[in-house]
Amino acid sequence: MNYITMRTFIVLFQKEFLQIKRNSFLPKLIVAFPILVMLLMPLIMTMDVKNVNISIVDMDRSSVSRRIMSHIEASDYFTLKQETTEYYFAMESLTKGDVDVIIMIPNDFEQDMMMSVPKRISIVANAVNATKGGIGMQYAIQSIMYSLKELRGERGPINVSDIITVENRYNPTLNYRHYMIPALMIILFILICGFLPALSIVGEKENGTIEQINVTPVSRFVFTLSKLVPYWIIGLFVLTIAMLVARLVYGLAPLDSIGAIYFGAVLFILTISGFSLTIANFSETMQQTMFVMFFFIMVFMLLSGLLTPIDSMPEWAQRFTLILPPRYFVEILRSIYLKGATIAELWVNFAALGLFAVIFNSLAAITYRKRV
Amino acid sequence: MRETVISIKDITKRFGDFTAVNNMSFDVYKGEIFGFLGANGAGKTTAMRMLCGLSYPTSGSGIVAGYDVMNEGERIKRHIGYMSQRFSLYNDLTVWENMRLFAGIYGLSSKETQERSMDLLNELNFTSSKDALVGSLPLGWKQKLSFVIATIHDPEIIFLDEPTGGVDPITRRQFWEMIYKAADKGTTIFVTTHYMDEAEYCSRVSIMVDGVIKALDTPMCLKQQFGVQTIDEVFRILARDAKRGGQ
Repeated sequence: MNYITMRTFIVLFQKEFLQIKRNSFLPKLIVAFPILVMLLMPLIMTMDVKNVNISIVDMDRSSVSRRIMSHIEASDYFTLKQETTEYYFAMESLTKGDVDVIIMIPNDFEQDMMMSVPKRISIVANAVNATKGGIGMQYAIQSIMYSLKELRGERGPINVSDIITVENRYNPTLNYRHYMIPALMIILFILICGFLPALSIVGEKENGTIEQINVTPVSRFVFTLSKLVPYWIIGLFVLTIAMLVARLVYGLAPLDSIGAIYFGAVLFILTISGFSLTIANFSETMQQTMFVMFFFIMVFMLLSGLLTPIDSMPEWAQRFTLILPPRYFVEILRSIYLKGATIAELWVNFAALGLFAVIFNSLAAITYRKRV
Repeated sequence: MRETVISIKDITKRFGDFTAVNNMSFDVYKGEIFGFLGANGAGKTTAMRMLCGLSYPTSGSGIVAGYDVMNEGERIKRHIGYMSQRFSLYNDLTVWENMRLFAGIYGLSSKETQERSMDLLNELNFTSSKDALVGSLPLGWKQKLSFVIATIHDPEIIFLDEPTGGVDPITRRQFWEMIYKAADKGTTIFVTTHYMDEAEYCSRVSIMVDGVIKALDTPMCLKQQFGVQTIDEVFRILARDAKRGGQ
C-alpha cells in the first residue's frame, strides 16, 4: 500500500467508526445484543426434557420391578403419574395425554431374568411431541439399565446382554445448551457482521453520500475494506462477550485453544461480511437488502446444522449444506468447545471458510461499481 | 488559442431505448465559467456524470483534464471536484470531520489538511461552526460547505450540479462570488443552473434540449443571435420545442 492509499484508508476507517459511534442505536445494540442473546436464548431454547410423565404397568410385582419403579420415582426427569397392572389403563392415559411414556414390565420378569433370557420390558412413548417422547424414552432406558446393572452387581452375573448400552459422548449430560451456545454465537455474527455493513453501504446509497465518494479517486478495494474492518473488530468484540457469558453463566469453556476459536471466527466474519456486501452492491434500498439478507439468514440458520443436526437431513440436503459457510464454523466451534479438537484435526473446515472468505470478498470488491 | 480542459466529441448515453444524451460535442477552456443550461430532463446531469467518470458513455470520446473519459475515469477523478445536485456530505459528521475525510481521500497529509481546512473555513467565516454536525446547518451553509469541500484538493475543474437550488438570494450572491474567485485562480467551472440571471454571469453558456446542445456561445452573442434582451428569452425560444421534461 502506498502512502495515499494508506491515508485514504485511515480517514475512511475513522469516518466509519465515528458514524457508528454517533448512531443513537448501534453502540447499544453491539453491547446489549450479545449479552441478551447469550443470557436469554439458552434458557428458553432448551431441549432438555423435564417432567416426563410416566405410567408403569407392573405385571411382575417383584423386587426387580419395584427397584425400577423407585429409580423412576427418584429421578428429576420423571413424574410417576400412574401405577397399574393393566396395560389398557396406561394406554388410555397416554391417549388422553396424561402420560408421555409407558414402561411395561412383563409377567415373571424377575424369575426369567434369573433363569435365562427375560421377556423384554417394553417402553411406549407418545411421539406427538417428538423431542419429549424421544428423549423421555432415552431417559427411561437409561434409568432401567441403571437399575438392572445395580441388580447384576448384587446378585452376581445375570444375562442382560441384549439390552442396548446407551452412552452420550462429548456432551455427557446431553445438555442442549452446550449444543446451542455455539449456534447462538454464529447467529450473532451473522446479524452483526452481516447485516450491519450491508445496511451501512445501502444507507450511503439512499443518502446519496456514496456519490460523493464515487467521484473521488478512492479505489473500490479501499472503500470496501474501510466498510468491513470496523465490523470485523466489532465481531471479535462480540465473540469475546459471548465467550465470557458462556464461561461465567453456563460454565462452558473451550476444551482446546481459544486461539483456534478466534482464528475460525476471523475467517467466518470475513466470509459473512463479504457476502453481505455483495448483496448490498446489488441492492438500491434498505428494504431490498433486508429482504434478501433475511432469505439467506433463514437458509443459514435452518440448513447449516445450527439448530438441527445435519446428519438427520435427507441426503440431497446434506450435500447442499456443503456450500453454506456457517456449517463449517459451527462444526469448528462445537468440536473445539465440546471435543477439544485442534486446528490440525479441523483443517478441512478452516480451509473451507478461508476459501469462502476469499470468494465473497473478491465478489464484494468486484461488484462494487463506482461507475454505471 | 486558449488551453482546452474538456473536449467532448459525439458523446451519447442510452438507457435502453431512451437516449438521454445524443451526439454531444463541445470544448471548455481553462479558467472559464461554463454554464450548462437545460430544462428538467434535458440530460444535463447525465452528461455531467459522464464527464466526472460516474457513468460510462455509450459511445463517443472525450478528454477531461487530460484524461480519456472512456477508460481513464479514475485519473480524471483526481483532478476534478464535484458537487452533486443532492446534498451528499455526511450529515452525522461535523464540518471539520467532513473536510478531513475528503482531504484525506485526495491524499492530503494531516498537516496539509489542517492548513487548507483552516484557510477555507476562514474564507467562509465558518471557523466557529467547525465542530457543528453538518446535518444541523441551514441549507445555504451546507451548499457553501459542499462547494468548499469540492475544491479542497485544488482541482483543475469543478463540476457544480444546480449548486444554488433552494438557496436564498443573498447566499446565491455569495456563492457566485466564491465561483468567481475560484475561476480567477484559473480553475475551470462547469455549472448547471435553472436561474437565468446566473447564466448571465457565465463566460459561455450552452443550452441543452432533449439530449442535444441547441446553442453554445457567450451570453452576449446568444442574445444577439436570437435578437432578444435576456438569456431567459433565449432559453424560452429553444425550450419551446422540447418533448421531454413535461414542457
